[in-house]
Amino acid sequence: MRTVIKRFLFFLLLILIWQGIAALKIWPESMIPSPAAVGKSLFEGFKDFTLIYDIVASFRHLLIGLFLSILIGTALGFLLAKSKTADETIGTLVLALQSVPSIVWVPLAIIWFGFGEISIIFVVVIGGTFVMTMNIRTGIKNVKPLFIDAAQTMGSNGFDLFWKVTLPASIPHAVTGLRLAWAFSWRALMAAELLSTGPGLGYTLSYASDFNNMSLVIGIIIIIGFIGSFVDQLVFQKIEQKVLTRWGLQST
Amino acid sequence: MNLHINQLTKQFPQNNGPPVTVLDQIELQMKEGEFVSLLGPSGCGKSTLLSLIAGLKQPTSGTMWLGDKQIIKPSPDKGVVFQEAALFPWLNVQDNVIFPLRKTMNKKQRNERANFFLQKVQLGKYVHHYPHELSGGMQQRVAIARVLAMNPKLLLMDEPFGALDEQTRNVLQRELETIWIEANKTIVFVTHSIREAVKLSDRVILMGARPGRIIADFKVNLERPRKQADMAPLEEKVMSLLKAEIDKVMKEELSYANSH
Repeated sequence: MRTVIKRFLFFLLLILIWQGIAALKIWPESMIPSPAAVGKSLFEGFKDFTLIYDIVASFRHLLIGLFLSILIGTALGFLLAKSKTADETIGTLVLALQSVPSIVWVPLAIIWFGFGEISIIFVVVIGGTFVMTMNIRTGIKNVKPLFIDAAQTMGSNGFDLFWKVTLPASIPHAVTGLRLAWAFSWRALMAAELLSTGPGLGYTLSYASDFNNMSLVIGIIIIIGFIGSFVDQLVFQKIEQKVLTRWGLQST
Repeated sequence: MNLHINQLTKQFPQNNGPPVTVLDQIELQMKEGEFVSLLGPSGCGKSTLLSLIAGLKQPTSGTMWLGDKQIIKPSPDKGVVFQEAALFPWLNVQDNVIFPLRKTMNKKQRNERANFFLQKVQLGKYVHHYPHELSGGMQQRVAIARVLAMNPKLLLMDEPFGALDEQTRNVLQRELETIWIEANKTIVFVTHSIREAVKLSDRVILMGARPGRIIADFKVNLERPRKQADMAPLEEKVMSLLKAEIDKVMKEELSYANSH
């Protein structure tokens, strides 16, 4: 409970400082809008449902993209873990692609798929796939040899060994991959939406910026940050903790 | 089921230089129901020998026979208890014990069998717990229940109590002895503790290092459960032989270190 109070006081202080700076009127409202103005644009956005539509649209892009990147990433991860040749060739490529920021793909996506949703989803998929791939690969490659030995002495081999031992043993890495894929996809989504024709949070942000509506820009940044950390902490970190404890990789 | 080991040699290749001989021409016969300990200094290849018998490693030359069946790969007729419990953390205690029974028994049968052996190792109340909720000694008990439920002809134990504290070790040794007398299994038991070997086994095979080989084979004809006073003379005899071997290894290591 104390953490909650500390956090609340911290954010309250932050808003007060912000309000103080805005009240000094050194910079125009279009550069530093006051917290009240940001609150007002958020309120209006939610009241006329535009922000709700944006959030729903963004989540649709994200979920489709994330789903595809988990699918592709898992399949590719299996391949890299099981085939040495694939690991030595495709593995290098994946590693290189992983270090390319996903926003770089936006111009290409626009040329290939236009300004619509397919472009956005494409960039989201690129954003999430490679980190998922590398985590699945590591997970499968790092299964304790002891587990494999033990399973073999109990008559398990071939597909049964893979399905009943290798796969569940690699779940902690897969869950970490999932959390990182979410985080990477969320960032990629915003980058792609900025250049799209909407709807979506990123689109509305760039739209507001074009009309010099800085209070809405900041409002949307707050929404993006809030959703990002909320999902990470309340969904993925919880799952990760649970898995790590059950798998004996972390004491309770 | 009798175990025959003929002329078993295991070499490991090295990056530079000739391969290292870990086991050299091992000859060993074991009778059905016999409890045999492999005792020796670290590096004598006792764990490697166990892995070979389990079929987890392949010998460079020589053969092993369990009854009239040659050992070539791991199988449920050769159960292994490792130094670490090797329980699957994603399965609860019961499902871990069921793991080797999945394919051969229906649900009711295997649940009953798992619970029977878990009660035998005094974990009847923990069937739905997960491994991470158990102590090291309890985990090792589950591993023993799991291997017993599988009903192997041969039971291979690789320093199963090595990572446990003294008290837990004593309790588990006593339990293992009781189980062995009841189940009448052939057991190969790897240990580096002379006391443990003398306390539990019918025969103590003393192994030497560089290359790993058998240097002595003691019969232990003492009444069970064994008393400290009865065990002492044999322990000393083993100790003196083992000490000579350890001294030799240390000397070799020193001269190796000095010449490089």
